[in-house]
Amino acid sequence: MFWNAFIIALLEIRRNLTRAFLTVIGVVIGVAAVVTLVTLGRGATETVKSQIEKVGSNLLTLRPGQGWGPQSAPLFSTDDVEVIRKQIPGIRAVAPMANTNVQAIAGEEARQSDIQGTTPEYFPIANWELSDGRFFTDAEVVDGATVAVIGETIRKELFPKGDAIGGKIRLLSTAVTVIGVTTAKGQAGWGDDLDDNIIIPITTLQRRLNGQLSKQNLAQIMISTEDGYPSEAVVADLNSLMRERRNLSRSEQNNFSAFDSRQIADAVSSSTKVMTSLLAAVAGVSLLVGGIGIMNIMLVSVTERTREIGIRMAIGARAREVMLQFLVEAVTLSCVGGLCGIALAYGLCVWLAKLVGAPFLFDPKINGIAFLFSAAIGILFGFMPARRAASLDPIEALRHE
Amino acid sequence: MSRLIELRGLTKTYGRGDAAFQALSGVDMDIDKGEFLAVMGPSGSGKSTLMNLLGCLDTATTGSYRFDGVAVETLNKDQRSLLRRHALGFIFQGFNLLARTSALENVELPLLYRGYTGKQRHEMARKALASVGLPDKERNTPSELSGGQQQRVAIARAIVTNPGTLFADEPTGNLDTKTTREVMELLCRLNEDFGITILMVTHEDEVARYAKRVVLVRDGLIESDVANTQRPH
Repeated sequence: MFWNAFIIALLEIRRNLTRAFLTVIGVVIGVAAVVTLVTLGRGATETVKSQIEKVGSNLLTLRPGQGWGPQSAPLFSTDDVEVIRKQIPGIRAVAPMANTNVQAIAGEEARQSDIQGTTPEYFPIANWELSDGRFFTDAEVVDGATVAVIGETIRKELFPKGDAIGGKIRLLSTAVTVIGVTTAKGQAGWGDDLDDNIIIPITTLQRRLNGQLSKQNLAQIMISTEDGYPSEAVVADLNSLMRERRNLSRSEQNNFSAFDSRQIADAVSSSTKVMTSLLAAVAGVSLLVGGIGIMNIMLVSVTERTREIGIRMAIGARAREVMLQFLVEAVTLSCVGGLCGIALAYGLCVWLAKLVGAPFLFDPKINGIAFLFSAAIGILFGFMPARRAASLDPIEALRHE
Repeated sequence: MSRLIELRGLTKTYGRGDAAFQALSGVDMDIDKGEFLAVMGPSGSGKSTLMNLLGCLDTATTGSYRFDGVAVETLNKDQRSLLRRHALGFIFQGFNLLARTSALENVELPLLYRGYTGKQRHEMARKALASVGLPDKERNTPSELSGGQQQRVAIARAIVTNPGTLFADEPTGNLDTKTTREVMELLCRLNEDFGITILMVTHEDEVARYAKRVVLVRDGLIESDVANTQRPH
């Protein structure tokens, strides 16, 4: 009986494709909206996560003062770096970071650039890889060698004609030799160009650019933790160590802060997720409206097809067969609508993902849910018209004009 | 001949109380298998009510109706549907074909409810269309057919399931003289060649002439019930 109803419903749908199209268009749009938004939202979340990983995963950043932005709190010293390395468990690498911003000049090209002074440990901490040349060594840090590793943006700007390795860049009165070019990372999640930097040994920066030998001038300390070691424990250890070193009394607040990149990643991705679910909920409303559209047209169609129902009943269709026919029709329509919506969403996602530069991640779960939901809508909103059709009296229905 | 239909004291009342209207006020009638019966009467006489009851589309208020040994008043709605499906065929004044649907598919409609495969349905429907003289109109929709052709498609639909009994409600009401004759000759042939019992409602003497027996209904009662001796050939 069910198979029969299915065939009858299919024949009926084929008989009036325009009506079928108008019936399902709401569901198509609703499903497409939900699937597209959720898929793109997931893509965005993944993008943010991967961008934070570009900066460095398992990464802790120790900065002076509270929060981001310029600070008047005391900076860190190279002694701090050594103590952290020795006393805090779960640390893989520690790198001091000092920076300045000067004009970098190479031949006829010039660019205002961020100059970062650090040690070779920094490169693995921040996930830097080389596209050319080499990193500087510990020996070069001890010597205060005039060498530099530059980002892809700097290479393009200062050495547009090509070979950067061996090239000279003048920073204030010091000329440094380019020994390495890092692989491009692109933009960070917050829009900074990660490849717009020149990395030199910290000693070179301290002695030649900042013009002071003070060791108390580290703008931040970057720390990478061991895989699987809880970063919360490292942050707690860092806080107590630094409070002790700075002789902070119980009533005083920290005049430094430790940022955990994973926490930032989690915060950003959870806010993206909230945004995604919110948009999906709005799109879900349009799916519901699409379902009401199905009910609307099915109800009209029951009236319009009263005589047809009468004929079917006169030639021996039972009430439940008429009901099943209309129900199966509604469910078939909404399922087809759901599938069309998913296909439309697929196209939209591929296109929009390209447009906004987010990756397209096919999510079978949301597609499955959207499909089941559209089927449920067919049952829910097809039920009332179907029951109305089944309750018709064959004589009345046959007389209907 | 064996008995097909037995009506005893059949009444039908519409509405209740003061608004009650008795359409049939006690009808007794016997119909044998293979008969060709015309029910005649002015409008409001109760002839349509009688046909609806005979066709198991409606139930009597009181009285008994035995169809082929089955007490119809004891059947529920679904059982009556199944009785119609398996034993009865219907032809209507307005043809009642599905619009935008090919003649073949229209004829296949009753077969859909009997669980035949697509191939069987096509074959049976084709045969039925050929037997009403429309073998070349399978693909045409009702709007592409003349009234006579539409009624012949409807007849094909009614006989495709090989029913023992055919109900015809004013089958020629919408047809001109020439096509009326064609349709009536077709019904006669079905009655004579295949032994199908035909129960027909009409108000035209010209049409009733084709029946073997003519029943006249007036004011809810059978006024006369006579054998027709002047059938055309």
